Amino acid sequence: MSAAFDDVHVGDKLPAWSRQTSFAEWNRYAAVNEEFVPFHMDDEAGRRAGNEQGAFGMGNLRYAYIVNALHDWIGDEGIVREVGCQYRAINQKDDVLTVIGEVTEKAVEGGENRVRLDINVVNQQGGATCPGHAVVVLP
Amino acid sequence: MTDLTYVTPEMRAAQGAWGEARTAPPITATDIRRWAMATYYPNRPPRIYWDAEYAAATRWGGIIAPPDFNPFAWPVERPRGGSPGLAGRRPDGKPLTGMNGGQTDTYGAPMRPGDVISARSRLVDWWEREGRLGHTLYVRSEIEWRNQDDALVKTRLSIGIRY
Repeated sequence: MSAAFDDVHVGDKLPAWSRQTSFAEWNRYAAVNEEFVPFHMDDEAGRRAGNEQGAFGMGNLRYAYIVNALHDWIGDEGIVREVGCQYRAINQKDDVLTVIGEVTEKAVEGGENRVRLDINVVNQQGGATCPGHAVVVLP
Repeated sequence: MTDLTYVTPEMRAAQGAWGEARTAPPITATDIRRWAMATYYPNRPPRIYWDAEYAAATRWGGIIAPPDFNPFAWPVERPRGGSPGLAGRRPDGKPLTGMNGGQTDTYGAPMRPGDVISARSRLVDWWEREGRLGHTLYVRSEIEWRNQDDALVKTRLSIGIRY
């Protein structure tokens, strides 16, 4: 399943992509990215770093979720060309993170069918944690 | 307005100059599969990241890595120290706190099993202002990844926040 350039329009929404995050997700990400930072692994360390609820998730994992949501939308024949975001809020334990996006621009540039999107990762309270943008190339 | 600055002479000397390249161990199919399994957990990741037979029939002709894959994880020897002066310094010598201010990555050639990725980075520019965390330094840097054929794999522009 792949998105096709001709079928995508400005205003289209990225299919929502969600994960509930806790130590099961964070520890797996820590293992592959060698990201063993105490405040991602230990509640006491999280509190010492100023987060009263304890340990919290990695920004890099939220970034991975954005990349994965884009890939699952465009399929294996599409290309993720650019992703940018800012980390604005903490990923607390058991948060349900949902990647959302909306097409803002379509253009043929450099021989590529490029689609630009506004992107965010929202939590279960609707809080925007990671505003950003992406550019994908579609067949 | 004071003359307070966290900018160091080391930063002024290094601005715009590419640092030494460092090289990651060769990427394996297992590295890619584990990365995809971790970032898709608890769901199954797409076949393009782990099924060689399936991947051979796609436009890529074989397994590729997710664009955010990091081949620099797990070096046997990690360079130590670096250049502390490049991250700013308080005049009173107290350590600065760092935060990730965000980044934009642009992707070129995909990473594949067998690829050897090299990275180099440089300071682009910086600015300072009084924010809710007090005097704050924003440092913009650029990181470039290339593969063994010198093809551009990724460019990252990122903002480091120091206060």
